[in-house]
Amino acid sequence: MTDEFVTEAAQAMGVEIRPEWAPEVRANLELMLRMAETVLAFDLPDEAEPAPVFRA
Amino acid sequence: MNGWEIAEAVRSGQSSAVETTRAALDRAGADPFNAYTDVMAARALAQAAAIDARTEKGPLAGVPFAVKNLFDVEGLPTRAGSRINRDRPPADADATLIRRLEASGAVLIGALNMGEYAYDFTGENVHDGASRNPHDPTRMTGGSSGGSGAAVAGGLVPLALGSDTNGSIRVPASLCGVFGLKPTYGRLSRAGSFPFVSSFDHLGPLARSVRDLALAYDAMQGPDPADPICDPRAAEPAAAALDRGIDGLRIATACGYFERGASDQALAAVAACAVSLGAVRRIELPEAARARAAAYVITAAEGAAVHLGRLRTRPADFDPAVRDRLIAGALLPAALVQRAQRFRRWYREQVLALFATVDVILAPATPCTAPLIDQQTMELAGETVPVRPNLGLFTQPISFIGLPVVAVPLPGPALPIGVQLIAAPWREDQALRAARALEQAGVARAVSPG
Repeated sequence: MTDEFVTEAAQAMGVEIRPEWAPEVRANLELMLRMAETVLAFDLPDEAEPAPVFRA
Repeated sequence: MNGWEIAEAVRSGQSSAVETTRAALDRAGADPFNAYTDVMAARALAQAAAIDARTEKGPLAGVPFAVKNLFDVEGLPTRAGSRINRDRPPADADATLIRRLEASGAVLIGALNMGEYAYDFTGENVHDGASRNPHDPTRMTGGSSGGSGAAVAGGLVPLALGSDTNGSIRVPASLCGVFGLKPTYGRLSRAGSFPFVSSFDHLGPLARSVRDLALAYDAMQGPDPADPICDPRAAEPAAAALDRGIDGLRIATACGYFERGASDQALAAVAACAVSLGAVRRIELPEAARARAAAYVITAAEGAAVHLGRLRTRPADFDPAVRDRLIAGALLPAALVQRAQRFRRWYREQVLALFATVDVILAPATPCTAPLIDQQTMELAGETVPVRPNLGLFTQPISFIGLPVVAVPLPGPALPIGVQLIAAPWREDQALRAARALEQAGVARAVSPG
């Protein structure tokens, strides 16, 4: 992942990243993706419902 | 003095709410811990005078308390530790929990410092300065309810309110050496508090005794239509049964994940609680590391959703460390977040099944005692790791599924550390009874600094 990628992705979300912020945003996103990968590595059945359940 | 002792003295006429409030205001004025951001002297004295004039003074008569500054306090903009929110109009009403504590006779003294938008485990704040640990002012309080931990540990007030999304009551309770209660998700109303991560946000009290925790908790319970997450169940008071002891409670120690990366002092604190409570069984919470990872992902995404408008318009006004994490959270693919929510349900079912054979689970609250303010890395189990995320290593997998927890403080050779007493949903009473047993045995106690 590059600083340019996170800068453009943020622009698509309407957020302007200053050049000096980009490395830290990228490092945070890379950490979050690593965390997400450990969750993805766990095999859930297709029927697994998400939490939470909202009461009507 | 504990809150319950103040209340007894005020009810019996030995002292007055006004005189107690004046003393609390004097301490707030001196505040060596950078705990307060706002002190409400006129309001506090008016409330105290009203209590003194009442014949029915209430269970918390004259007890001074203060709240993390993400609670709405009528007349103050709810800053939530930020610079940006100072431009909001003043709140036009108090948060539900403030109103309930005051209805029980307590007196709001002011609002407390916190990590920006509660995305913090340190108690540091770039706008207001770090809150300081009363046991050593060069050390952090833990966060994000850092001012709440400092105010109670430093004797400024006997009772404070905080919020806990991933550990923000339990971490400062541990590092500052006080008791903290994170109730079941949905137990206490969040109405009138600034949100962070709706899936995990909880509010609760910090205090210097289990009785004060329970009295405050009882005063704040009950349904609230103003918070759609607050459960409609009636209040289930816990204070009256505190001294029932631990007979009939099945208590076990969390092993595996909750032992790895814990300092010797953290492990010794858990062991001391287990010995005192006669808990010999060990129990593993399945996939706790993945639970923490999923909590991390959901936190970043939901936090970003709350703040996206401000990230678009005022990114330079955030604490940079908070802003950069929130922007990254805004870039997380929805499929990953949804997957984390699906994992969350699986994990919740596995952990709830454990409660068929156990009532209270012991685990460290933090891996270590208070690091230095501004400290960036620390040694855990022989590895150098960043301080900020790792302070919540042991709290995140618990709030992730909304379990109630009492954090109890154990004095150490230099600094205190906390232990989590984790119970099944809606069984705060059992965690509080176990905490009270540890307090009565002299194992858990809030030591005065110095």
